[in-house]
This record gives sequence, structure tokens and C-alpha cells, in this order.
Amino acid sequence: MAVAVAGKRVGQATVAFERPPALVGAASVVGPREGRGPLGREFDVVKDDDLLGEASWEKAEARMLVEACRTALRKANLQAHDVDYLLAGDLLNQLVSASCAARDLSLPYLGLFGACATIVEALALAAMLIDGGFARFVLAASSSHHNAAERQFRFPTEFATQRPPTAQWTVTAAAAIVVAAEGAGPVLTHATVGRVVDMGAQDVNDMGAAMAPAAADTVWQHLRDLGRQPRDCGLILSGDLGHHGARLARELLGRTGVDIGSAYADCGALVFGAEQDAHAGGSGSGCAAAVFASHVLPRLQRGELDAALVVGTGALFSPTVVQQGETIPCVAHAVAVRGPGAYGAGPGVGPERGDARA
Amino acid sequence: MKASGEQTRRYLELVARRGPKKPVLRNAVMAFLVGGAICVVGQLILNILVARGMTPQSAAPPTSALMVALGSLLTGIGLYDEIGRVGGMGAALPITGFANSIVAAAMEYKREGFILGVGARMFTVAGPVIVYGLLAAVLAGLVTLLLRGA
Repeated sequence: MAVAVAGKRVGQATVAFERPPALVGAASVVGPREGRGPLGREFDVVKDDDLLGEASWEKAEARMLVEACRTALRKANLQAHDVDYLLAGDLLNQLVSASCAARDLSLPYLGLFGACATIVEALALAAMLIDGGFARFVLAASSSHHNAAERQFRFPTEFATQRPPTAQWTVTAAAAIVVAAEGAGPVLTHATVGRVVDMGAQDVNDMGAAMAPAAADTVWQHLRDLGRQPRDCGLILSGDLGHHGARLARELLGRTGVDIGSAYADCGALVFGAEQDAHAGGSGSGCAAAVFASHVLPRLQRGELDAALVVGTGALFSPTVVQQGETIPCVAHAVAVRGPGAYGAGPGVGPERGDARA
Repeated sequence: MKASGEQTRRYLELVARRGPKKPVLRNAVMAFLVGGAICVVGQLILNILVARGMTPQSAAPPTSALMVALGSLLTGIGLYDEIGRVGGMGAALPITGFANSIVAAAMEYKREGFILGVGARMFTVAGPVIVYGLLAAVLAGLVTLLLRGA
């Protein structure tokens, strides 16, 4: 039997979309600390209480995710029933935040776990579903909540500990992006699904170092598959390597002969200011999602950026197996996004009119 | 892709070389100041109790209890984690830090109810201290017993 050749595959691990899906709406909802950070004014909604008046951090996170999804849909001029699939995930066991949000939104839902790479995993799969003809509108979303993650992965939130300088601060943020078969907005042209890379790191207080090799591996693979140079990608944006991990990723790529130059940024390094005592920077599945949705997408939309390669980075560990001596498996996925160019700016990306700041 | 032992060793070396250095001196100074300040408060309480007629020996347990109460109060109003962030071990080691580890857990897990939340998980952080503290006390007792003779 002849095996059908997948015509959209390029090289080892990359797919090229025949009709690149458009990102027609995006929104982010963040906590107070993120709101005080350097990107504070760019997020759609900044909450002044990280509990949102709810009974638990978990409930607060689910509510932020619902709000991000609803805001993104509104900015894309869509109703919930227009959405064919919600692809969403978070950091909590059994993806409770995403699942509770999907319940409240009442949408066909596929839960994803890619740790902090979840939003890019969701965008890649959304584009595949759309370009494959299985969906018209897909909502890609992810969230994290500092305190909910803290009590699951580390200690009770009021426990007095001192964090080492390599530690990152899980952001309280949720973001959603509407991916559409057609429409005005930046388009997703390629996706590279990363392999799991484990360099043997075991320090859960140094996620940047654990994830940097996975990020370098996926960027290298993407460039090789497409025969591209870093300058062809526009801005290379890693998810949440933080200051320390971003330096390592740059050095690891440099050793393979790839100089990513100055057009490189990391969402974790962007989200907090030096004075915010976040050590190596932000992290969490809401981090890359909110920074991409509210800081990078609008710049692509306005034409300030031609293109971006968004490299979501995830540390796929659980405290249980790390305590048992397991090392930290990491993954990075990349999506290439191009500005709308000749298609003109759409209405759905960038701050909403009336600026809904709660 | 899983790195070989040699690759891991070389990568972790690079990570250590490039990584930010811990501000050891600053941390030690802050631990000394914060830990010292907590001990000064404890000494004040003890001195007050002694001035009111207790013997130093009988004043020690109520002093500890008052320090535990103080640590719990500061945890409850959300201050002790900030003290710990600055003071590190200087905040964790005194008995106020022990109180913090229990009260923080009790506050955190109260959302899962009083039985499976507070009851079952209150000692998740303090548990090891109690277990090995008891073990050390028993061993020390045995050694004392052997040295003095039964």
C-alpha cells in the first residue's frame, strides 16, 4: 500500500500551512504584580486582587481564563458558538483551570499540557486543524496563577522561604488567541514541534537552565527545516527561559553556528522589572501567552514587526518524580508568525477601545 | 533526547559558570540581623517574665509559646513570608519560623476543609522537623543514659 506523502511537511519537524490561518483576536488578563511590570499597560485587563474575590487561587485562575477567552472573542467580533474548538491548558494537576474554564464557556474542548509551552502547542494545533479543513475558528488559550502553582509545586504561599537568583516567578496571567481560517490579522505560516530534550538538570529552582537546550534545539531545527537564517524570522521570542536561560540558549545556539543576534527576546525576561524581585524573570503557562498576545501580536499588527518566531518552552516535570530523583524533561515548540502586510490591520488585536481595565 | 552522563556534567558546568551568583555575604548579614532581632524579642519576653517573678527555667516554656504566637500572628497577617524573603535562614530557624511553617500550611490547605485540608496537611512542611527532632531527642537521650549509666 502506498503511503500518502504529507505535502505540508517541511524537513524533519516543521509544517508549512498552505493557507496560513490568521490570528484575528487576542486578549490577556493578568494579576496585580504583572500589571505593575514594564508591560502592565499593554495587557487587556489588570486585576487588583490575585484572588479575584474567589474562594481559591484555582477558581481565580479559571475565571481569568474565561475572561481572557471572552475578551478575545469580543475583540474578534465572534460569539462563543462560532468557535469549533477550545485548545487550552495550564499548570495545575488534571488541567483543572482550563477544564473549569471550558465548562463555563461551554465549548468543544481539547485540554493540552505542554507546561509553559502550552500556548504555542495550542497555536500549532489550531493552525493544523484549520489548515486541515477541520475548523474555521479555534480558540487557543492558557493560564497560570502564581499562588496556585506555588502550592502545587513548592510550598504554601505564606511559607517564609528565600529564593535563589536562578528561580523564576510563575506569573498570574491568562491569555487567549482566536485563530481563524481567514480574516484580518497576523498569520501563522509554520509550526515546528519540538522533541523532548533532557540535559540532566534536576534543579527546580533553575528552570531556565533546564529548558534552554530544548529551546535551542527547536530553533535550530526550525531554521534547518526551512533553510532560514535567524534574520529571516524577525523577532525570535522564547517563552520563559528568564534572563539566565535566555543567555544559555543564545550560547548553545552560538555553538552550533547560529547567531540569533539582537532580534531576540524572552517573555519571562520582559514581564517583570529588575526592581520587582522576580530574580531570573517570569515563568508559567500564562507568561508566553500574555506577552505574545498583548505585547508582540499588536506590534505585528501595527507593522512595527514584520515577523516573529514564537518558541514556547516547557519543563515537563512533576514534584513527585523530581523528588524521586528523575531529571527534568523539557520541550519547546515554535510557530512562525508574519504580520498582515498587504491585508491591512484587523480590528481584533491590540488594546480594546474603552480599555477594559478592572 | 536524554543526555549522557558526560553531556550532563559538561552542561551543568556551563550552567554553573554562566549562572547568577548567590549574594552569600548579603544573605548571611541579613540572616544574622533578622535572626538576631527575633532572638532579641525572645530575650525581652524572657526578661519581662523573670522580672515578674518567674525563674529563668520556668520562664522558658511560656517565652517559646509567646514567640510561636508572634510567628503565627505575623504569618496570618501576611508579613512573615516577607521577613523570610529578606532574612532567609535567620527567619526560618528560630521558633517563629517553625510556627510560620505550620500556620502557612494550615492557611493554605484550609480551602480543602478542616479534615483533609488543615488536619491532614498542616504539618507538610514542619513534619520532617518534628520527625527528625524527635528522633534526635531519643538518640541524645539514649547516649546520655549510656554515658551516665542506668
